[in-house]
Order: sequence, then structure tokens, then C-alpha cells
Amino acid sequence: MQLAILGAGAVGTSVADLASEYGHEIVGLADSSTAAVANTGGEIDVPGALERKAGDEPLGEASLEAVFETDYDVLIEATPTTLGEAEPGFGHCKRALEADRHVVLANKGPVAERYDELRDLERASAGSVRFEAAVGGAIPVLSTIEDCTPQAVTAVRGVLNGTANFILTRMAAEGLDYEHVLAEAQDLGVAEADPTFDVDGTDAALKGVILANVLADGGFSLADADVTGIQDIPPSALELAAEDGQTIRLVGEATRDGIRVGPRLVPENGAMAVSGTQNIVQIETRHAGDLYSSGRGAGGPETATAVLSDVGRLP
Amino acid sequence: MSDECASGGSTADANVDAPEEASATEADGGLSAYTVRLELVDEPGELLRALEPISANGGNLLSIHHERGNITPRGHIPVEVDLECAPGRFDGIVDALRDAGINVIQAGPERFGEELTVLLVGHLVETDLSDTLSTISRDENASVLDLSLTAPDGMEDVSSARIRLAVDSGNAESVLENLRALADGKGLRLVEPLTGGEA
Repeated sequence: MQLAILGAGAVGTSVADLASEYGHEIVGLADSSTAAVANTGGEIDVPGALERKAGDEPLGEASLEAVFETDYDVLIEATPTTLGEAEPGFGHCKRALEADRHVVLANKGPVAERYDELRDLERASAGSVRFEAAVGGAIPVLSTIEDCTPQAVTAVRGVLNGTANFILTRMAAEGLDYEHVLAEAQDLGVAEADPTFDVDGTDAALKGVILANVLADGGFSLADADVTGIQDIPPSALELAAEDGQTIRLVGEATRDGIRVGPRLVPENGAMAVSGTQNIVQIETRHAGDLYSSGRGAGGPETATAVLSDVGRLP
Repeated sequence: MSDECASGGSTADANVDAPEEASATEADGGLSAYTVRLELVDEPGELLRALEPISANGGNLLSIHHERGNITPRGHIPVEVDLECAPGRFDGIVDALRDAGINVIQAGPERFGEELTVLLVGHLVETDLSDTLSTISRDENASVLDLSLTAPDGMEDVSSARIRLAVDSGNAESVLENLRALADGKGLRLVEPLTGGEA
């Protein structure tokens, strides 16, 4: 397949880097200012483009616009997640679907905020939409739900944000307060300079909204989620939990009725108490009990793996 | 006696006065769970006295919630006893309790006590912790079993409490709703247990 990648952050560049292993070609790679595009029948010089990106040079001479003119089969939408209108990601998906191309998203915005519109565009298009990479990074969550069929899944619960989980794990292990551990996480590169969306539950909520949309076939956006973050959890709360064999995790919960994200008590040695930046997802099924998947919920190559698996699932 | 054992199955209890009922129960699948709510006088030995009629009449004790912190206006201590027995025996147990002078407040099937542990975080002392606890106890479906409080930075600062509740079966969600409202009203953070799934 010929892939056009929008967004040249950790995920976009990793997709470009790994695509050839999966037998795909890159015909365009764009960041917010410039793009490298292939001539008809060719592909871009991926190592050259990645080297330029790493050196903070322009990716190429073209603009993002030129990517849509290439002979791509699949648009990889890996621009940063935005809320509300979810632009420019949503517009990118719309353009590709209207041109009867497939869309694979790593960007959570369009599938969390404008799911129904995106599905309408898909219905009118010969292309299809997939977004495994938007939930749980490398962990196969949506494909598992798809295999079980969404009707047979009653709820999905999970630790869906590695940064928040790292902070809670360190606080519990060391008895340190939130601010201290957050600074440590930033030094380690586990937390971003502005960690707001990770610690206030927004990121986990977006994933919960996407899951609820998959279970209920749409109808939800971030505004429907009940969200609480971890900022006011003191070490003393983690201590009290530990005395009782429990700990606190930021858990996202999605059902057909809605989305809830907040700090919850879970058994200290139970499946949900993954440590560090690990994520875990529990899929509660009607006939087969609970299924658990855990692994890396973020990271360039990890998320790119989910993107490329989606490309492989396209019709 | 040997006839009874043969017809009534495996019962080892000599006081089976209605063998045909016992065998009907056996065919029914055996034991059912019941809850009895008692009020005991606050005197030594009362709890033991209340439990004897249960075991003596074929009941198997499952759990006992002895709510010492929740004394009734008349100075009695509420006790909730979960037990299992053959369905035909339950009325006999309740009668035996009443004959022994025990005050049976409520008796019925499947009002099993569930336990629920939550954390409350915030200015617990400044927002009147005893009022918080009595508000929780006013919920007819919940009673506070115990509480652990830590205030590492002093009582004026943020503290955390772990509260273990006995909750009437099937009412955990309504108890949690009341707790959420209580926490919201006092500006406290409630950390609920993760339920659902099999875990």
C-alpha cells in the first residue's frame, strides 16, 4: 500500500521508519510546515526525510497540501490531538474519505469528538476508517473488541495513561508527593512539559470516549465524560490504600451508557495495578468473562505498530 | 434415627421433626442465604446468647457485623448476621431467637452484607468528620465498620481516611451515590473501588 503520513512527531516518523518492514511505501510525509512528497510511481527518501526532521530542517520543499495530490491509498493521520472541532485532523480525514481513500488515525481528536460525522463520511466513501493506535498504544484493544463483536462487549475498563500511572506508582512506592514525582517524571521524559491532559484525566477520557463510541456505535464526545484527575491525591491516601492491600489507579471506564475517568481503588496485586508507564485494558464480555491486555500504551514505534496493523486490516 | 439418615440425606442433626420436609429441601438443592438484623442489649455475653439459637436450629453462620459504633437511641447495639440454612428451617431460627428474648428487627432472605471500602481525601477535620460519618450512617443501606485516618501535615491540612462500610446486598451503587453527593457537598475527593468485571 502507498501511505501518506500527516504529522511527523514520534508516531508519524516511526510509521515512516517501519512501513517498509510491513511491505508498504511512503509517498508523502508532512509536518505542520513542510512536506516530502514522491513523484508519480516513486516513494520518498525516508531516511533522508527522517534525518532532516531530526536535525530540525524542513522535511522537504512541498507543503502539506501536496500530500493530497500524491497517489496514496491510505492517509495516516498522526497530527497532534486537538479537542472540540478536532481540526486540522478532522479536515484531513474528510478530504481523504471524499477522495475514496482509507484513513488510519493515531490522532484521538476526530474519533473522540466527531465520531458520528466521521462514520457518515466513511459510509459515503469507498475508503474506510481505522483507529487502533488511538487507544492503548501498542495494545490491541479495538481489534479485540471487533473480534468479540462490540455487541458482546459490555464494558471496557483500563489504565489508559502511562504518565498518570507512572506518577501514582512512584508516589505509592516512595511516599513522595505529587509535585515531586511529576518533576521527576518530566526529567525522565515520561511527562511532557505541560502534563495537564495526562494528569487531569483528559487523555484517558478521550480514549474512553472512543471506546464508548465503538461499543454504542457513536453518540459520545469528550463533553459526555465524567472526568477527575490525580492532582489532589496525597501520598497519605496511597498509604491508607496500601494498608488494606489496595492501591490507586487512574481508571477509564466505558460502557454504552457513558464514560467515567477517575482515581479508583484496585487490589494492589490485581491485574489492574500495572506499574510505571504500562497500560492495561479489561474487556468485559457477555459470554466469555473478562479479557485483559497490557503493554506499552504510548511511544513512537509502539503506536506505529498499531497504525501498521490497522493498515494490514484494511479491506 | 438410622431411617432418618437414609431418607433425609446427609443431615447429622437429630432434631429433624419433619422428615418429609427435610427431604423436599434436599431435593431443592439445599441451603439458602438469609440475613437477620438484631438489636442486643449492651451486656457481656449477649452476642454469644444471640448466636446460639441460630446454630442450635440448623443455621450455619456466615458473617456477623457487630456495629458497636452505631448504638440505637435505646442504647442497643445493632448486629447483622448472615447465615445459611435449609429454607424450611429459617422460620424456626427466627422463632428460637425471639423465644430466647432476642430482639429481631428484620429477617429475610438474601439481604447479604457486602463490604465496600472507599477513601475520602481533603479537609476532613475542618469539614466535621463526625458529621461526615453520621451522614454516611444515616443511609439505611450502609453502616460504617471502621475508619482509618491519616493527617501527616496536621489536622488543619489535607488528610485522608479509609472507610470500610457494610452495605446491603444490591445497594452498593445507591450508597456510592450518596457518598458522592456527600463528598461534593463538602469539597472532598472520594476514591471509589473499581467494581465490575470478575476482578
